[in-house]
Order: sequence, then C-alpha cells, then structure tokens
Amino acid sequence: MLQVDHVSRRFGERQALDDVSFGVGSGRITGFVGANGAGKTTAMRIILGVLTPDSGSVTVDGRPIDADDRHSIGYMPEERGLYPKMKVAEQVAYLGMLHGMSKKAAEDSTARLLDRLAIAERSNDAVETLSLGNQQRAQIAAALVHEPTALVLDEPFSGLDPIGVETVLSVLRDAAAGGAPVLFSSHQLDVVERLCDDLVIIADGQVRAAGSRDDLRAEHGGDSWRLSAPGDLSWVASAAGVTGVEAEGDGVLFHADYPTAQEVVRRAVEAGPVTSFGPQHPSLAQIFAEVVK
Amino acid sequence: MTARSVPSAAWLVARREVTMRLRSKAFLVSTGILLLAVLAGIVIGGIVSATASDPTVAAVGTAQAAADRATGLEVRHVDSVAEARVLVKKGTVDAAIVPSTKTPLGYEVIADSSPPESVIAQLSVTPPVTLLDPPSQNGLLTYLVALGFGLVFFVSSITFGSTIAQSVIEEKQTRVVEILMTAIPVRALLAGKVLGNSILAFAQIAAIALLTVGGLLATGQTSVIGLIGPALIWFVVFFAFGFILLAALFSAAASLVSRQEDAAAVTTPLTMLVMVPYLLVILFNDNALVLGIMSYVPFSAPVGMPMRIFLGTAEWWEPILSLVILLISTLLVIILGARIYSNSLLRMGGRVKLKDALAR
Repeated sequence: MLQVDHVSRRFGERQALDDVSFGVGSGRITGFVGANGAGKTTAMRIILGVLTPDSGSVTVDGRPIDADDRHSIGYMPEERGLYPKMKVAEQVAYLGMLHGMSKKAAEDSTARLLDRLAIAERSNDAVETLSLGNQQRAQIAAALVHEPTALVLDEPFSGLDPIGVETVLSVLRDAAAGGAPVLFSSHQLDVVERLCDDLVIIADGQVRAAGSRDDLRAEHGGDSWRLSAPGDLSWVASAAGVTGVEAEGDGVLFHADYPTAQEVVRRAVEAGPVTSFGPQHPSLAQIFAEVVK
Repeated sequence: MTARSVPSAAWLVARREVTMRLRSKAFLVSTGILLLAVLAGIVIGGIVSATASDPTVAAVGTAQAAADRATGLEVRHVDSVAEARVLVKKGTVDAAIVPSTKTPLGYEVIADSSPPESVIAQLSVTPPVTLLDPPSQNGLLTYLVALGFGLVFFVSSITFGSTIAQSVIEEKQTRVVEILMTAIPVRALLAGKVLGNSILAFAQIAAIALLTVGGLLATGQTSVIGLIGPALIWFVVFFAFGFILLAALFSAAASLVSRQEDAAAVTTPLTMLVMVPYLLVILFNDNALVLGIMSYVPFSAPVGMPMRIFLGTAEWWEPILSLVILLISTLLVIILGARIYSNSLLRMGGRVKLKDALAR
C-alpha cells in the first residue's frame, strides 16, 4: 500500500499541490485523473523522490518510503527520452545496472523485455535510428528493466502505437495481479474507466474525489435512473418529483430520489410491459466534469 | 534489490561517459590532431636546434689563420678561392674566408645570397658584457614553455568543458534525466559525469606530457627534459584538480538550459575564464608579480605555478600551498555546482535564473 499523506508543494507563487492525500492499494490499479497542470506530475515526482514536498509525507505499508522502496518502483515520467546515440539493449541494461542490478541480471532482464516488446532484433541499433513507436517500446523496457514491484506511470499511453498500448495494459494488469500497487495517469478517460479499480481526481492541486470506481459511480449517479418500455413514456416528464428527463433509445433517463423512482416504475408496469429499469451510472467523463467544476 | 551506493553509481556513470566518448569519431580525430601537433612542435624544435650548430666555413691561404682564431667556426681548409666559391655555391659551407688586399683585415668573406651573420659575429671583436640580473632560462625557451602550458590548458579545458556541458544538456534535452534521477542520487550523476570527463582530460594531458618527453628523448634534446621535467610533472598534477573544478562549473552552468542551442549563452563566461590564464602567461611570462598572483588563483594556478617552477622562482612549499588552495576551492565549487545542478535538472524550457537555481 502506497500512501500519500497531506502533501503540499509550492513553486514560487503557484501552489502545485495543496494538502493532497490518497492511497494506492496493493494489487489495485489506480487511475490518476486531472487536467494539465492539476498536479499529477508533481505528485508522482514526489512519490519517486525527485521532488521534495514542502509538507506531508509518502509512506509504504505505514512506514516512510525509503531509497530501496523507490528503487523497486517502475517509473515512466511524462517527459521521457533515452540517449539517442546509445544502443537499445546497452541502454536498457545500463539503466537496470543504475538501479542496482548486476550486469548479468540487467542483460537477462533486458533481453526478456525486448523480446516481449518485439524489438529484440533492434537490440544493437542506436535509439535514434528507431521509429517513434519502437522508441516508445524501448522506453517501456527502460521503465521495467529492474523488475519493479510497484508501478508509477505518468501518461503511459501517450505517444504509444496500438501494440505499445496493449503491452502497457497487459503489464499493468500483470503487475496488479501479482499484488503490486499500480498508479497511472492518463488523459484518455475511456482507457482509465476500462482499466482502473480505483480513481483519484485532482484539480488545481487538490484531490476532488478518490475511491473505488464503482463507489464513485454510485455516489455521483445515485439519483439517475434509466427506464425502458415499448409503450409511451411521455408521462414521466410530468410525474411529481421527477426532473431532467431525457429520451434515449426506447426509454428515458431521469433524475429522482429512490421512492419517487419506485413510484415511476409502478406506474410504468401498470401502463404496460417494462423491458428494463435500473440506476444509470455516469461515465467517468461525466463524474470528472462534475467534480472539477 | 537494493539501491547502489553513490560511489558505485558514480563509477557506472563515469564509465558510460568514457565509453561513449571513445566511440565518437570526432573525439578520436581531434585528439589525434592535438597529439600530432605536439609531436610536430618537438620534431621541428629538434631540427631547428640541431641546425643551430657552429657554421662551417672554407678558408683559403693566409685567411686560414684568422678562421682558426675564431672559436665558433667549423673550418675547412681549401686550396683555392675558386674551390671555396664552389663550396659556398653548393651550400656545403655557409661562407668562405679568402685572402684580400682590399681591407686592413687581410681577408674577406664570401657568401651566397645574404651576409652570413653568425660567421661575421665570430670574426668580429665584441666587448665583454656583464648582466646584473641574468635570466635563469633562455628567453625563447621560456616563451615556448609558456605558450605550451597556456595552450594545452586552454585547449583541453575548452574541449572537455564543452564536452561535459553537451553531455549534461543532452540528458535534459532528451528528457532521459528524470529516469536517471529516479535510479541514482543526483550527486552521483554529477560526480560520475565530472569524473568521467576528468579522466579523459587527464589521460589526454598525460599523453601529451609523455609524448613531449618521449619526443625530446627521441630527437636527442635531453637537456630540455632536465629543464622542463619538474614543471611538466606539476602541470599534470595541477591540471588534474584544476579540471575537476572547471568540469563542476561547466556542468552546473549547462544544467541551467534545456537545449544545445543555448549552451553557448551559459558557457561563454567560463570560456572567458579559461582564456585569461592563457593570455596572461603568454603576455607576462617574464613578469614575476603577475606570475606570482597567477600561481595562487585557482583558475590560473595550473598554468602559473608550473611556469614559476620552470623559471626557478618558486620555493619548494609554494606549489604545495597553491595545490591546497586549489583543492579547497574545487571542493567548494563542487558543493555549489551540485546545488545548481540538482535544482535545475527538472526545469525544462527557458533558461533557469542562477538565483532560482541556488535557492533551496
């Protein structure tokens, strides 16, 4: 369990992080969502120890994070790159060795990763001769070479070709399945929605919402309902206590509290057959728009 | 897996710096050219000094006595004026001394295209001269040694200073730096870069020193080795530490910018700084006061102190004191440089203000 506790950080006049707290559970994939400049990169850099917080702390399983913990994190910074003139395998192995691996272990791990990423045949080519997609795959190898037991990935999908995206997805899932805490940020809300167990939404340096994806959906979609029936449903708009009615397909979406919604269903059943009824979950994009308002 | 210690991480970084540099053709070619230039200087010096032996003259008849009297002449006795003229024309001798009734001296000098100054000097009577403050070293040699120390210091500092600046900016520009910073402490990264480039610079200087000594031995200029040997050894020692200081300055300055195009803006003041000792030693290699100050100021000590040792004007303890001053300043600069470096590495885009880089 990776925990960020009351972390604040200021750059000159700008408060980049303001009393930020959230946890990344072991074995859970946590999506970190926010607009540009919201504080995601700063928070990740503080977890990795590249930046120091003005106040607050980062803990691992309840104790302060130390150098060894940080070394076991696989980190992909938002602004990333490799030495253009170094050979791919040589470079990935070098980064593994910097992380503390022996030469042999680093080379073995590099060979395995490049193979998995399907760029093994480019091992001895300089990075600058690779296509952008292949450079990104080399970048993934660089983040994973030291066999991390936790992942912190800043915009891991940006700039990746579709195969790269699938690889990162499978890596994230494998890591979480193995019990590692996984934190990643992305602008692609649909990807986040599909992948993550937990969510942290940040805006202007403050955490606006945090928790499991399903809880957040329930919390933010508590009074939305969807009712489908082949018959006429235009009467729903004029029912007492019902607001925001929208026609959608063969049914309607509407807002109402729980007893009112039950009343609506009863009337619908009396009027004719009902094909479906249930709470309407908002999409992540809707939740995001609502909490950062 | 545990984190690497700072020295072990720094050593890995240093090794990468050295390997990548040795793989660069531009580096190998420029080093080759520098070494060839040094070798050429020694060989040309050797040829010039070898031909500076006593001039040979052909002497005929009654003029032979005058030629034999002069001390610095290689005299060849020939039978006729015609024969002497042929030898002069062929260049076998520098001049001929032949009998003449036209002058009270009783002989005249025949030369090819210009009056043979060295021969005339030997035949002339000069008054004895007493110097109150005789120079301890020959003036031309002093100038050449000053030029040599100054130039080698200047060229090596600029070459490796810009190399380390480029290497720092490359890591920022390619954005690899953040990955490096999460793998090892920033001070290990800085130490490794300074160490790697200092090893290269030191190896180059040592190669030049060895080549100089070897070249002088091979061309038989052994007396010169005795004259410049101690100064040369001190130069190498001073340069080793002086370069570490410069390398720390260059890397701190380079970390302020994020693009190679902006490198010149931050390294120019440092380039000026290393140009100063070079100019001073050439202009003031006979000025005791200027050399005295130079030999203690950390930037110019690698040139100033060896120069004074060569001239024999430094007491035995002076190079040691100067070296201690240099070591302390190097240490301070490294601490300051590390601060600027670690504060600037993640600031991409425009140039970081020095004030901001020193804060926190």
